[in-house]
Amino acid sequence: MQPSGNHPSASSDDKLIDDWPSSDLIGSDRSGLPPAGDEGDVNAVLAVLQEVPDPEVPVVSVVELGIVRDIDWLDGRLAVSVTPTYSGCPATEVIEQHIHEALVAAGYSDPLIQRRLSPAWTTDWLSEAGREKLRAYGIAPPVESASKRSLTGQPDPVVPCPLCGSNATERVSEFGSTACKALYRCRDCLEPFDYFKCL
Amino acid sequence: MQNMNQKNIAQKTQTPLIEYLLRLGDNALVLGQRHAQLCGKAPALEEELALMNVGLDLFGQARNWLGYAAELMADKIDADHLAFRRDAQDFRNLLLVEQPNGDFADIMGRQFLFDAWHVHLLDGLSHASDPRIAEVAAKSLKEATYHLRRSSEWVIRLGDGTEESHTRTQRALDNLWQFTGELLQVDEIDQAMLEAGIAPDPDTLATRWKATVEEVLEEATLARPAYDSWMYTGGKVGHHTEHLGFLLAEMQYLPRAYPDATVW
Repeated sequence: MQPSGNHPSASSDDKLIDDWPSSDLIGSDRSGLPPAGDEGDVNAVLAVLQEVPDPEVPVVSVVELGIVRDIDWLDGRLAVSVTPTYSGCPATEVIEQHIHEALVAAGYSDPLIQRRLSPAWTTDWLSEAGREKLRAYGIAPPVESASKRSLTGQPDPVVPCPLCGSNATERVSEFGSTACKALYRCRDCLEPFDYFKCL
Repeated sequence: MQNMNQKNIAQKTQTPLIEYLLRLGDNALVLGQRHAQLCGKAPALEEELALMNVGLDLFGQARNWLGYAAELMADKIDADHLAFRRDAQDFRNLLLVEQPNGDFADIMGRQFLFDAWHVHLLDGLSHASDPRIAEVAAKSLKEATYHLRRSSEWVIRLGDGTEESHTRTQRALDNLWQFTGELLQVDEIDQAMLEAGIAPDPDTLATRWKATVEEVLEEATLARPAYDSWMYTGGKVGHHTEHLGFLLAEMQYLPRAYPDATVW
């Protein structure tokens, strides 16, 4: 559990950390957080990961997406646990590779990237900053909490249009351009948009 | 040498846990491949996206189940090996999921009958005594729940739609029904998994599957075939319909033709 000797000094920019872990997230397993390592070291790693974008939704980082589940040191070696969004998400390997590359570039030698399935990722782990970035990008962020009810329950939640803010929207398809999104349309501004659906 | 290797795998006595994992993984893999065959052929762009995304979820689930099975098997076997180097008789998927795509009523009818079972099975497995199974099931359950919602909506829309869509959906249901007996059948593998605290109670699973099917079919104005009608079985022990071999021939062609390839 000792910090590795060759990592850069902790960033003084605490802003990056403010929205993670954020207090509005569901109380279910925040496993491993806060991690066992020294807080300053963890923050330094987080600052690096904050710069790693999701390859399919590049406006949000892997930290804002909530898929970085744990940061720890195993015998001096940095170990980062990452959870996939969907079982078949084709970006899983690419994300792990990008995280590895970013950490190596930041001076961490041979970081260990571990894939963790449990607890399963939920859109509740999207940070507030991440939600705002999605909206600004034209993707409606998840509405309501990702309880089983919101997966199965009828009727659909009202999804405000990310472009004009109107609530007069309708679902076009259960699936959008990726597994994590559904396709919607705004009846006011008539624009189609992606909705990052609850999971 | 490859043939020798395959014989060894097939003849090796597999533990009930491995057999059970192959059933779970092969169901997802074969149904996922049925979706992949529809790439570029869906009736609308939105349906294309949906079918491919459901297929992708299933492939991801297959990788998780088969990856676990491979770890319990001989060295040098991984999930890819199980997917691409086994012959039809070594597959343990349900006959239902290997049935051909046909028309859209066949596709959504097959999906609905499977999803209605899959959701309740995964729900039970998410409480399995084996933590690895429990975590894969919990992850898959979120996806399967969404799949069931979508396939239920389609069955209702098609069944309670036009005369043409109703006729086709009823025909699809009547045809697919003869492959559903296997979903509720309990053999020695299921029994062993039940006793190990892994598989959920089969009576509860059957009750829940029937309740979901009855609810949706009623709303879809479709007639439910009898539960005690004659059923085809055998998929779970490797006795498949003729359709699986063709599916595997297409799916496995490339890795089998270039077994030494390391870059695709």
